[in-house]
Parts: sequence; C-alpha cells; structure tokens
Amino acid sequence: MRRRMMMTAVAATGLLALTACTGGGGDDGGEEGRGDITIWYSNNAAEIAWGEQMVEAWNAEHPDEQIKAQEIPAGASSEEVIGAAITAGNAPCLVYNTSPAAVPQFQKQGGLVNLSEFDDGDGYITERSGDVADQYRSADGDFYQMPWKSNPVMIFYNKAMFAQAGLDPENPPLATYDEFLETARTLVSSGASQFAINPAPTSEFFQSWFDFYPLYAAQSDGTLLVEDGAATFDDENGTAVAEFWATLYSEGLAGKEQYQGDAFADGVSAMSIVGPWAISVYGDDVDWGAVPVPTQDGTAPEETYTFSDAKNIGMFTACENQATAWDVLKFSTSEEQDGVWLEETGQMPLRQNLTDAYAEYFEANPAYQQFGDQAARTVEVPNVPNSIEIWQTFRDGYSNSVIFGEEPVADFLTDAATEIDELAQG
Amino acid sequence: MTTVAAPPSTTTEPEETPPSRRRKRWLGEHPLGLLLSTPYLLFIGLIFAYPIVFSVWMSFQDYFFAAPGAVVERPFVGFDNYVAIVQDPAVWRSFGNVGIFLLINVPLTVGLSLLLATALDRVVHARTFFRVSYYVPYVTASVAVVAVWLFLFSQNGLVNQLLGPLEPEPSWLVNSALAMPTIALFVTWKGLGFYILLYLAALQNVGKELYESASVDGAGAVRKFFSVTVPGVRPATVLVFLLATITGANLFTEPYLLTGGGGPNGASTSPVLLMYQKGIEQGNPDVASALGVILIIFVLIISWVQYRFLGGRES
Repeated sequence: MRRRMMMTAVAATGLLALTACTGGGGDDGGEEGRGDITIWYSNNAAEIAWGEQMVEAWNAEHPDEQIKAQEIPAGASSEEVIGAAITAGNAPCLVYNTSPAAVPQFQKQGGLVNLSEFDDGDGYITERSGDVADQYRSADGDFYQMPWKSNPVMIFYNKAMFAQAGLDPENPPLATYDEFLETARTLVSSGASQFAINPAPTSEFFQSWFDFYPLYAAQSDGTLLVEDGAATFDDENGTAVAEFWATLYSEGLAGKEQYQGDAFADGVSAMSIVGPWAISVYGDDVDWGAVPVPTQDGTAPEETYTFSDAKNIGMFTACENQATAWDVLKFSTSEEQDGVWLEETGQMPLRQNLTDAYAEYFEANPAYQQFGDQAARTVEVPNVPNSIEIWQTFRDGYSNSVIFGEEPVADFLTDAATEIDELAQG
Repeated sequence: MTTVAAPPSTTTEPEETPPSRRRKRWLGEHPLGLLLSTPYLLFIGLIFAYPIVFSVWMSFQDYFFAAPGAVVERPFVGFDNYVAIVQDPAVWRSFGNVGIFLLINVPLTVGLSLLLATALDRVVHARTFFRVSYYVPYVTASVAVVAVWLFLFSQNGLVNQLLGPLEPEPSWLVNSALAMPTIALFVTWKGLGFYILLYLAALQNVGKELYESASVDGAGAVRKFFSVTVPGVRPATVLVFLLATITGANLFTEPYLLTGGGGPNGASTSPVLLMYQKGIEQGNPDVASALGVILIIFVLIISWVQYRFLGGRES
C-alpha cells in the first residue's frame, strides 16, 4: 500500500513538473519577441476613440505585428483588475491606464517589464517627458512605467454662482487661504450654493489626491508626500493645508457626506478640484472658470504646483512579444499620437515643452492653455513600497482629524508620518 | 472471597476479509451514492476546503500574489501576521463595529421576522401580496436598494426632512455613533423576507390542537404566542440566530456602498471590508488571511455560544 502511495506521489509530482514546464513558456518571446500583441485601454468614450484610431494606424503598417485592443475589464478599480491579471498570468502586453500608485505593487509581483532594459528605454522616456520623468523611476532607478498623460488639477468655479454671491467671476479672490475661506463663506452665506467646495469625504485611499495633496504640492513647491523614504508632511506646510481644509469642514463650507452625483455639475457646490478632462464634461452646461489651487500666502500661477492625476503605460511580463510592445508603446506616445490624444481627450501628454509642441491646439483651445502650462509643474504619488497602504493610512487619519474633527491636526500629522515612515521602508 | 473466572482467551488469528467485503467497506453500502455525490464533494473541496486550507497556510507566510514564473520569496513567518493584526487598532475597531451591528441586527431580525411571520400566517386576504412584499428587498441586489436608503438617510434625505429640527448632527451615515446602527437597520430590513420564510415553514409544524387547547384553557393571543408559537418554532429560531450572525459577521457590501468605504472615520468598517483593503487593494493577502482566520474563529465562538444557550442541542 505504502509503495503504491509513493508511486502515485511520484507520478503526481512528475505531472506537476511537466505542467509547470509547459505553462512556463520556454518559447523565444520576451524582450526580443515579435508578433501580435494585446493592449487594454480605458473605458471612457474619448480614450476609446483615440485607442481605436491608434490601433488602426499601427495595424495598417504592421501586418505581421497586429494589435488586438480592448477596454480594460470591469472591476472595482483598474488596479485590482490588473493585479488579478498579473497573478493569473493573462495580463496584456500594454495597459494604457496604469496608476502610478500601483506600480510598486505590480513591480513587487514580478508583473512589470523593466523598460530601462530596452536599449533606448531610458533615453526615449527622458527625452519625451523631461525632468518630470524622474518622479516615475522606481527605487532601483529604472522605469517600470512609461509616463504618459496627466490631468493637472485646478480649482474649477461656477461663474454664475460667484456673480450671484456678489463676487467678481472674472477675478475671483481664491489665491490665498484667507481669500479662499472668505469667498467660501460668502458663497454659502449668500445662498448661492449649499457648499463652497465638495471633494469626496469618503475613505478610499485615493481621495486625498483631490483635496489635501494638490494643495500640499502647491504649498510646498512640489514636495512629494514621501521623499527619501520619509514622510514630508509633518511640517508647517502640511499643517497649513490640513488646517485650511479643517476650517472648511468645521464651518460647513465643505460637505462631510458623500454626494451621489457630481456636486459641481448639479450646482450643489460652487467649486471643484478637477483636471482638464472636466472641460469637455461641463462644457456648456456650467459657465466655469479655472484658477490654480490656493496657497497660504498666494503663489503666482506660473509657479504653482499641483497633483498630476497621471495615468501611465505599463508593459507586463506576461507579454511574449515585448519587442513589438515596445515599438507600439513608442508609436502611441509619438508626437503625432500625443497630438491626436490631446485633440480627442483634452488630457495632457506627459511631454516636455507641451504648449510649444502643440501651439496651434492651445491657440485654438484657450481653455486648455492654463492646464498645458500647469502640466509642467505637477507632483506624482511617491514611487515607494506599500504605496497604497501609505495613502490609506494617510486617508484614515485625515478623515478622523480634518473632516470629522475628532483629533487635533498636529496629532494626526505626527501619527500618520510615524506610521508612513515605517511603511515606506518596505 | 469470590473469584471470578477469566473469560477464555481468544488467541485465534483474525480471519482475512474477503475482497468483496473490503471493497464494500471502502465504497460503503451503496457505491452509487458515492458516485452521485462525487461532483458535490469535488465542488466543496475545490471551492471551500482548498481555499480555506490555503488561506490558513498563507496566514503563516510572508505571502503576496505574484506573476506565474516570477521568482519571489515567501518565507514562513510564524505568527507575525497575527501579531500585526492584533496590534492594528483598525482591526479592533472593525470587530467592535461588527459587534454593535450584531447586537442590533440579530435580535431585531429574530423578533421582527417571527412577529411578521406569525401575522402573515394568519392573513387571509392578499396573503401572496404581503409575502412577496417582504421578500422583494431580499432578492433585490444590495447595490439597487442602497440607493433608496441613501435617498432616505442622506443629510437632505426624506427622514431628516420629516424629523426637521430633530435631525441628528452630523447626519445618519456620517455620524460615528449612528452609521453602524443605520447599516444594521438596513440589513435587517433587507434580509427580513428570507427569515420570515423560514418561520412560515416552521409555523406549519406547530400543531393546531395546541392553539385550540390553549384557547380552551382561556389563553389570549399574547399568551398563545409566547406559550405555543415561540416554543414551537425553537429550532427555526436557533437557525435564524445562527444565519443572521454568520451573515452579519461577513458584512461588506452595505458599509462599502452606504458609507463610502467604511466611513465616517472608520466607524462602519467591518472586518471583511478591512480584509478587502489589506488583501486586494494593498497587496497583503497574508495579513488579510490572518484576519480571515480570526474572523472565522470569532464567528464559530459566537455561533457555538448561541447554539449552546438557545438549546440547539435539545432541539
């Protein structure tokens, strides 16, 4: 009996080993591989339109290296879908919707191709994006993501509501915290709007990218949340930003409850923090203006930083034809394709000298000009281990202290910084 | 002194079992039954047993999901993940939250479903309409009915408009003290139809003669309810207690949708929601597994206590 069990075990082990061999590849793909590839792109209409024309243009010229494209599968978030695909080994070659915050995790999973290992990898990325590209380097100094596009966030405001509140809609006083707060009080007390501004007060890890972080980037002249492996925000800049938001919440100028819908579009709030994608969304429905995010003492627009809200392109290790994928990646981020991208979506390619490269576009679409200028001064989420856990830790503390006022701001900043210091060590 | 003769010793060799009896012992009296139940056993093994065993194993490793073929280290870390869980205040808070939830949800579920089932059992006209009315929320997707509750309990919602100056500040779903009770009410309302059905089935087994005897003895409606109905449906009550507890301990969708990911300030974060955050969002399935194992133990203990003290064994 024992002998039979041993033989069965040996046979099973052999079968497993055989399966592992056949499943593991052993083909001649990898970085040198050429042939058909699959890509995923975002599922909003403008990005799909861009993706379809890009694929068509490539496929027409490359009959032996065709792109099969599809929208990213539905899920709670694209990060979860991509993470699952990496684990399952069925990730596509390229994903045009890779969140920089998830890159350290994907890298740890062994899911991302090191783009710096292509002969012209580093050179192509830095030449296209300039100094901004450095924010997207991983801890080992290499690129595991292609910096692609950003949505530098600014303050959108409703001119009609400002006029109703007796404020100058063309030059709204929103540059300093004091001005912003006074304007917010006027908007609410006059009855022009229920809330002055209404960022989502919910607990998801990414929500701080649209309230605290843009203002912190501006207040600190472009400092990341974590630099050199340590939290940066437990200082006078972080305190000023957190106190500013705490005042808005405590005075009821910002809502503590999640609004079901778009508070700005529905006229519930007079201001919103959004990127240039909003221009086509609000379009003619709202008579809007846009200004840079405020700082404590006011900063000139041409010097003001903000959060990038970028999405990048990841190449995944499950890809067999990585040489083709790299060529497609360069093709889709070429000056020509970036121009089509700008036309189709209004989002900013992460390209240096953007406004000069597409001067005609910005001349014809002046609403986008200030976003084009702003794109040169953006900060990204830090590319550090435990990135998402770091943001969740920050959000939990922020929610407790700033939104609901249950802990002094100073304690929140110190406690969160201590925890984040530890998490950033990996 | 009495001596007892020892029984004669049996030193004979055991008889060799014939092959047909050996096969019968392995396959049971009815081999066809084994064959028919094999798909289900495989299903249970693959879908439940394997993931649970794998999850327990994962909770003792430094484990994360990796691409096939990726060379990664997942060393054995003993109880490190459990220590991390025990030291995390958010975990304690989530168990506290679910404790509050169970304290409200379970008694309400048991009480209301028994009362409503008893009433529905006696309804003569429009019986189907009433039964379907209570059952509809149960079969409707949480995502759909959550919108109704958001409409009711948001700051500008119908409930606050009715309450006027009595509305809570901050409002229901962003109030640390009221968020979890509001969720408990929602889950009670949503699940009631299922538990009413259980009780309706149980009520069919309570003998009519018992009610008649009670009537003859002069018992009123309340007396009959407590002396005949309640003891008569005790097995169903034990089941409802257990199911409500197990379902409640696995709370996820409602806090996720009603309070935007466990707000306000973590006051509605459940252990399962925390597992989702740690395991899926943050890429720490090892810690999430440890939390899952602790949750299973927590549920088993509560269920055992309920079973023991509600008389499940006797019933």
